[in-house]
Amino acid sequence: MATVELRQVRKRYDETEIIRGVDLTIRDRELTVFVGPSGCGKSTLLRMIAGLEEISSGDLMIDGVRVNDVPPAKRGLALVFQSYALYPHMTVAENMSFSLKLAGIPKDERQKKVLEAARILHLEPLLERKPKELSGGQRQRVAIGRAIVRNPKVFLFDEPLSNLDAALRVRMRLELTKLHRELAATMIYVTHDQVEAMTMADRIVVLQAGVIEQVGSPMEVYRKPRNLFVAGFIGSPRMNFLEATVERVDALGVVLGLGDGSLLQAAVNAEGLGVGDRVTIGIRPEHILVSTSGDVAARVEAVEHLGGESYLHVRTESGSSLTVRVKETDVEPDDAVQLSFEARRLHFFDTDGEAVPCTPAGHGTGFQERIHERKS
Amino acid sequence: MTVLGWTVALVIAFPVFWMVLTSFKSESEAISRVPHLFFSPTVDSYRAVQKQAKYLHFAWNSVVVAVGSTVLALLIAIPSAYTMAFSPTKRTRGTLLWMLSTKMMPPVGALVPVYLIFRDLGLLDTLPGLLTVDALANLPIVIWMLYTFFQEVPREVLEAARMDGAGPLRELYDLLLPLSMPGIVSTSLLAVILAWNEAFWSLTLTASKAAPLTAFIASFSSPEGLFYAKLSAASTMAIAPIVILGWLSQRQLVRGLTFGAVK
Repeated sequence: MATVELRQVRKRYDETEIIRGVDLTIRDRELTVFVGPSGCGKSTLLRMIAGLEEISSGDLMIDGVRVNDVPPAKRGLALVFQSYALYPHMTVAENMSFSLKLAGIPKDERQKKVLEAARILHLEPLLERKPKELSGGQRQRVAIGRAIVRNPKVFLFDEPLSNLDAALRVRMRLELTKLHRELAATMIYVTHDQVEAMTMADRIVVLQAGVIEQVGSPMEVYRKPRNLFVAGFIGSPRMNFLEATVERVDALGVVLGLGDGSLLQAAVNAEGLGVGDRVTIGIRPEHILVSTSGDVAARVEAVEHLGGESYLHVRTESGSSLTVRVKETDVEPDDAVQLSFEARRLHFFDTDGEAVPCTPAGHGTGFQERIHERKS
Repeated sequence: MTVLGWTVALVIAFPVFWMVLTSFKSESEAISRVPHLFFSPTVDSYRAVQKQAKYLHFAWNSVVVAVGSTVLALLIAIPSAYTMAFSPTKRTRGTLLWMLSTKMMPPVGALVPVYLIFRDLGLLDTLPGLLTVDALANLPIVIWMLYTFFQEVPREVLEAARMDGAGPLRELYDLLLPLSMPGIVSTSLLAVILAWNEAFWSLTLTASKAAPLTAFIASFSSPEGLFYAKLSAASTMAIAPIVILGWLSQRQLVRGLTFGAVK
């Protein structure tokens, strides 16, 4: 199949730079997901790869060949649009064979390819229908079929599931991952939904304001977010953040003051940190435990029951509000609870929002010893 | 609202109604001071009109000019509207407004240069000449309407075609035209009607060979005196085809004329 490489790719509209120097290699047969908030430039970047937007500067290489000036159809890519963009006046079969017809492929061969794609996508009974006679999910499958028949080097998906209802979205998500395995194709998938990114991707590319914030496998990005933005964006519910100040720097790392008098030993690389520096501590809702012997006292403000699990919205004594994810629970609003943090799952970010690296002593991923001393 | 609607409709339709009525009167009844609402209808005026001038000759010219100018206008307007709708630049809006502004100038303002150009090119009293002028006169409206209709076509559908390997011509022919066919049809109808009813250029640029029905009507308000019945008969014959066309295509026309208002 194919690799896609971006070298210092930029996009400018007049004075504003939308894509600000992106370097990225998309490996063969990998499903890469571009994720980020709306307006981060992920769709623009995809459209630049597709050839629908011009590249202001930098190089776009497909299989090692620079394709900046190659027209969209000649790049060997297929794009599935958010709105499906089916041809309304053509039947499903005509929609799928349009590109083949333009390429001058004989009729019987066209038919064979359309039937093959229809089989993969379970569209056989619908081939003679017009798009308006199809449901949302069926239209989406036709749009994918239109891409498959072209046998492209790379499949591009621009938020393909966002027009579907929640249940269908989950099903299509699975079907797409299955399709990716079946076709063994390189795919680039754009979404603003971090759940889609986490569940589908081989590698996630997190974008913000036209810049890549982090590239990595879903679990890498989840476990080791490189900065505050990624930490807050990946994971649902969102990561909790607590403000702290460096009180001491010692051999084990640093000791942080949480503001309510409690101290926290963080086993991090203290280089570049000094006493008095502001630090942000990050802890995911699923890494906070509710117990009777916890170290942090808090009051429950609201409870959201999802059935198998519940989200507690609590406020600590020092006034920070946290979200805690627990199994089925009977905790009610206004209850007092004790919380403890999973020490190895804490994240630390410096004043610039960059993750502070852990010391090797810290058991691989997270790592720090926590000592709580009450200051008198 | 209904009462108001009917009142307005009657006021607007009254002259036409009166004209049709008059065309069936005798010449003396037509000019009588006290209007006769009841009279014995006669087709004498129609006979007389037929004898004086060859209706079919003028009608044929009208058809050629109306259809020809519409086709010519579409040929120019479709690519223009396509470019402006799908690759707009900073100046697109201004260009559109400027085109429309040319319709605000009374045509007589351009009469002398157009007349001289026509004389020098030998286009006076020729069908190609008249249909070119009509096409150009209707062009701003045709472009505006097509521009609005094209904008309703989802951009992504055209982009999908581009990804599928369609060049601009294929995009236009395989997608844009079929998708905006209702809009193109109503635009064409309007252009046909405008060209059919166009009188100023017909009267100034044609004499007999290329004269359309509007000139045919005018020839009955002759120097030897007004003959109301004959004039009415001629007018009725002139507007009948276009009224029938309009009536048959009411739905298309309403969509065309209210474009933008009902999105």
